[in-house]
Amino acid sequence: MTYEEFIQLGEEQRKKNGQYEHSIDVCVAAACVSMQSDKIKKSIEDEVKKKELGTNCRVRGVGCMGLCAEGPLININNGKSLYCNVKEEDAQEIVSTIDKEPIERLKLSADVPFFDHQLKIALEDSCNIDAESLDDYLAHDGYEALFDVLTKMSPGEALQEIVKSGLRGRGGGGYPTGLKWSTVQIAITDKKYVICNADEGDPGAFMDRAMLESNPHKILEGMAIAGYVVGADQGYIYIRAEYPLAIKRLRNAIKQAERKNLLGINILGTPFNFSVEIRLGAGAFVCGEETALIASIEGQRGSPRPRPPYPAESGLWEESTLINNVETFANIVPIMKKGGEWFASVGTEKSKGTKVFALAGSIKNTGLIEVPMGISLRDVVFEIGGGILEGRKFKAVQTGGPSGGCIPESHLDMPIDYESLITIGSMMGSGGMIVMDDSSCMVDVAKFFMDFCQSESCGKCVPCRVGTAQMHNILEKITNGNAGMHDLQLLEELCDVVKNTSLCGLGQSAANPILSTINFFRDEYLSHIQDQHCPAGVCKIKKEEEVIS
Amino acid sequence: MELTAKKKAESTKDKRKKLVDATMRRHGHASHALIETLHSVQEVYGYLEDDALHYVAQQLRVPLSKVYGVATFYHFFTLKPQGEHTCVICTGTACYIKGVPAILQAIKENYNVDAGDTSDDGKLSVLTARCIGSCGLAPAVVLDGEVTGKLEPDTLIERIGRMIKNDV
Repeated sequence: MTYEEFIQLGEEQRKKNGQYEHSIDVCVAAACVSMQSDKIKKSIEDEVKKKELGTNCRVRGVGCMGLCAEGPLININNGKSLYCNVKEEDAQEIVSTIDKEPIERLKLSADVPFFDHQLKIALEDSCNIDAESLDDYLAHDGYEALFDVLTKMSPGEALQEIVKSGLRGRGGGGYPTGLKWSTVQIAITDKKYVICNADEGDPGAFMDRAMLESNPHKILEGMAIAGYVVGADQGYIYIRAEYPLAIKRLRNAIKQAERKNLLGINILGTPFNFSVEIRLGAGAFVCGEETALIASIEGQRGSPRPRPPYPAESGLWEESTLINNVETFANIVPIMKKGGEWFASVGTEKSKGTKVFALAGSIKNTGLIEVPMGISLRDVVFEIGGGILEGRKFKAVQTGGPSGGCIPESHLDMPIDYESLITIGSMMGSGGMIVMDDSSCMVDVAKFFMDFCQSESCGKCVPCRVGTAQMHNILEKITNGNAGMHDLQLLEELCDVVKNTSLCGLGQSAANPILSTINFFRDEYLSHIQDQHCPAGVCKIKKEEEVIS
Repeated sequence: MELTAKKKAESTKDKRKKLVDATMRRHGHASHALIETLHSVQEVYGYLEDDALHYVAQQLRVPLSKVYGVATFYHFFTLKPQGEHTCVICTGTACYIKGVPAILQAIKENYNVDAGDTSDDGKLSVLTARCIGSCGLAPAVVLDGEVTGKLEPDTLIERIGRMIKNDV
């Protein structure tokens, strides 16, 4: 496809979009689909056909709108009204009132401040583009950033934009993306690879899934730009097999892009070649670690290896490899379109841009949000999240998955950025945020994470394999009410050893949930140990007298 | 009569093998296609059948020990045949704090199946997943491939009952 044809395609679709008087956008991301939104969309389409509104009303399946708690969501006439908790039988009413006053019963009440405070960069347009249509992506200036980079910039100039933007890896570590790209760019190997890490294993995180389901082309475009900058012509997306819908949409998107020569050989008539293949994960959390992920793509067991050498020097098949997270790639296109300086103007001094979080747990508005870095946790939980479920009291918010920690009320005013979270013993992680109320026992939560780490440990290094099992045993003892104070001390020592001697990130951070709960909720540990009492009433402790009687 | 049944069984076996062959061919029978091939085996056979593992090892020229090593490393692969219906219970953090232990308990009481096992009559397999990414719907369960959420133990048991009954 030549550039003229490419521009024309976008024009045509824009024209087509413009001729409709009304629009009905149904969310077809996984959360809404599991509440039957695909069937609702079908009924609405049938209804539109029946009423012969064909050219007057457009029905699309679009990406995640964020407020999963109120799903299925339907956007009527480009944001005029947002319907929530829609059912299949509402289809007829929705279509027949499309040119009249909105249906009050379905309308999202105006006092939900979910969408305030949010700023969408990575998720921009995701709820405004047909999730399965390349044409619709082109109508929203899709692949234009790639074309501009290919024709107007040298790889070095494009890299400068990324460096200027101050973007840091969104997978959790926060390594500067520009620095990573430049290491791969200057590496001298026969071949180079770009890998997109979509092995979102953190329990409680679903940002990557939503992004891939909502707007897969944006990720592909970001990967292609990365390929051009670092000099790679092959990309891999390593995605969890547990995300069938995201895999389906990605496969579809890759096929569409290949057909239109947006991926493949001589992309858009330039000398640049880049193709993308999908590799399925198979349910191993450790494969989110980059060296383990590479081993898995090579068809091996997902065991990590010591670094250095870093994948940038010797990665997939010992060639220089760039690995970035889905969200990192989602930020590339906006940076290229609006410039690195614009991106750097958002966020805090060391953490630029926005971060996507998955809000879940005991919170009213569960769902997907994107906020500028530096916003306080309190704003996220109580403003955007709408606070705790009725009748309960906030206890902690857990960030960073099994590698992160629990943050108590007293630290809620802290700004969210990479450094602040680490100073209080948690971490940014990939962006799962789980809110807990007073019905959760923090010792039990620590035990839950240790159970996770123990079973997900690949078994290669001793501190992680044996240490996590021992820590789990001690926590089991505490929650059973059989532990003494020396056990708590032993637990703390063990945390220190595992943290400092494990081979990869899984073991090094496995102790975080324990350390942060001991730090902030020591009284709960003491209560289990000294009084054989679980304050939240979660742990079933049999007191000695009861056992005897 | 018996002969045709046998033939039929043979031919479905061939068909399944062909699908696995197609995956290996797509990757040029390279040894790094092992995981992709195992995915394909699990998709067509429902689990990683012994014979199929031998076949894959031979075709990709990978030691059988390595095939077994990879197959047992990843949680997604199962070496046991599954029941007619599957119930995958998400045990992610959000689901955990919203009451997964009670759900597992209820299933155990009603069907006498532990997580990872299949009921004696082969009707129901109960599996757990680390996180299916539907945290907004916690606690989330996948019944025969369909995600459902916000379930109380009673309603889940009722749903499972209906799922099994529809089959009869």
